[in-house]
Amino acid sequence: MNTLISDEGIKPQKGRWESGITPYAEMGYWDPDYAPKDTDVLCAFRITPQEGVDPVEAAAAVAGESSTATWTVVWTDRLTAHEHYQAKAYRLDPVPGNPEQFIALIAYDLDLFEEGSIANLTSSIIGNVFGFKALRALRLEDMRIPVAYVKTFQGPPHGIVMEREYLNKFGRPLLGATTKPKLGLSARNYGRVVFEALRGGLDFTKDDENINSQPFMRWRDRYLFCMEAVNRAQAETGEIKGHYLNVTAGDMEAMYERAEFAKELGSAIVMIDLTVGYTAMTSMSKWARKNGVLLHLHRAGHGTFTRQKSHGVSFRVLAKWVRLLGVDHVHAGTVVGKLEGDPNTTAGYYDILRESFVPANPLHGLYFDQDWSSLAPVMPVASGGIHAGQMHQLLHLLGEDVVLQFGGGTIGHPDGVAAGATANRVALEAIVLARNEGRDYLNEGPDILRDAARWCSPLAKALDIWKDVTFDYTSTDTPDVVSTPSYS
Amino acid sequence: MHLTQGTFSYLPPLTDEQIVKQIQYAVDNGWPISIEYTDDPHPRNSYWEMHGLPMFDLRDAAAIMQEVRRAREEHANDYVKVNAYDARLGRQTTALSFIVQRPGHEPGFHLDRQERSDRRIAYTLHSYAAERPHGERYRNGVSKAAD
Repeated sequence: MNTLISDEGIKPQKGRWESGITPYAEMGYWDPDYAPKDTDVLCAFRITPQEGVDPVEAAAAVAGESSTATWTVVWTDRLTAHEHYQAKAYRLDPVPGNPEQFIALIAYDLDLFEEGSIANLTSSIIGNVFGFKALRALRLEDMRIPVAYVKTFQGPPHGIVMEREYLNKFGRPLLGATTKPKLGLSARNYGRVVFEALRGGLDFTKDDENINSQPFMRWRDRYLFCMEAVNRAQAETGEIKGHYLNVTAGDMEAMYERAEFAKELGSAIVMIDLTVGYTAMTSMSKWARKNGVLLHLHRAGHGTFTRQKSHGVSFRVLAKWVRLLGVDHVHAGTVVGKLEGDPNTTAGYYDILRESFVPANPLHGLYFDQDWSSLAPVMPVASGGIHAGQMHQLLHLLGEDVVLQFGGGTIGHPDGVAAGATANRVALEAIVLARNEGRDYLNEGPDILRDAARWCSPLAKALDIWKDVTFDYTSTDTPDVVSTPSYS
Repeated sequence: MHLTQGTFSYLPPLTDEQIVKQIQYAVDNGWPISIEYTDDPHPRNSYWEMHGLPMFDLRDAAAIMQEVRRAREEHANDYVKVNAYDARLGRQTTALSFIVQRPGHEPGFHLDRQERSDRRIAYTLHSYAAERPHGERYRNGVSKAAD
């Protein structure tokens, strides 16, 4: 017998505590009259039930399996204030244009979660339920973190304001580049790329996510040469520079060892990969605040679970988790570059990372208001397939508090890495100047860049070599709601 | 060398007309302007000398520009920068900061390396100009941003 399959809807068949199987919806996991409390964690799930499964029962099952329920009635529930601990699916809406899918809103009492633990939050909410057989697919679209829970987290070790004051850089996006080729450079050659990019005008250079400590370049050698490069570039420009030294390693002890060494060498910033896990990221966040070192997070691997619209976890939820556990930078998409990124969806990510209060906005895929209550903001990083010729679009789409990372777009310059860096910095400052002057910089962008290229030959060459490069593919992860054009 | 601190250091020196437009942008955003100067441009020198208090109540870009000119004249051998400050909750920091005057000759920085054990090096950035006492630096000429 499978109570989830029901052509006639759900009918009570037996008492609540009778042994055996009772539909989740009848056990209290579906409660359309429930009024969420300010302290509840709220989730929006995109549910695709198996054929024949009642969507209300499917929503209740998600609430049940992500909180107190198991597959059968257990008498030991009666030893608890079970209604308090039960998650409640309180609203179910069909997805416009997709009859197979529904959005279920589910409320979880704050008592279900350990303070300051993303590991616990995620083990509860995405722990088992995503493999549940009665669902064809399940996606966590958004999560409202109540202020009461926000306040149990440290958040970013420094945040955008502290980072800008520490770096003495204001009024413009920051510029970075990932060292290329990603793999194979010796430590000394690697440091050369860092030096040239920084002296040419970038603020940051970066280890790639898979640069840890391989046979061709061990971490300690890389750190030594990179810090020589950073300090040389600071002396040449009189400006603060940084290289994200990736401290990702196979165990926490090795990560701490690498981070301590980076700090001892005077590095302004270290970096970790998402692959290290929520608890390791949280530990590094605490280390970073204790030691005054900025913390950069590369979202390595996120595309395996964030990209498909029907199944997984939206990046907007992941962005909330990393703001809570606390990083100073996280990659959040470019819109115009080589990696996935619908403009509206990406705007939602950026708001989540940067704003102190983010109102619900279906156009951006945001289902709930999110009050961050003075938790420091995270600097988003735009990286992957962007170049100087897109500067006006990047500033328009992503705003000012962002690190724009031009890896190939710096290192691939025909006149060398420093020329590539200068082209990017000049393009950026020219566009910011024009915006501040009140010009229509988005539409006049190509002219503004062309004018700057008259006196800046590295920019002229950059504009010429990458003029036709665009990555215009359809996004897979888009909001359900689109704005209706108005014809007033 | 060319000191690249500030929002627009990779552009040609801003003209007074361009500076006024940036001031107007700050005024339109409700950001008070302040002016600072220094003869010690070390990147960790957070506290340049204040040319008066931030102009919280002055919202006329032309009048603010007059003050910028006065600062440049009074501190003719120094770096001068214009800052705009955003006091909104959640920001409470500088919103824009750009150099409007620099000494004609910028001698730059020496990188001291102290070699330590295990190939480690302790780095110190040392401003050549700061070798001379405060007030006696950058005495061989000055170029206005507008030159």
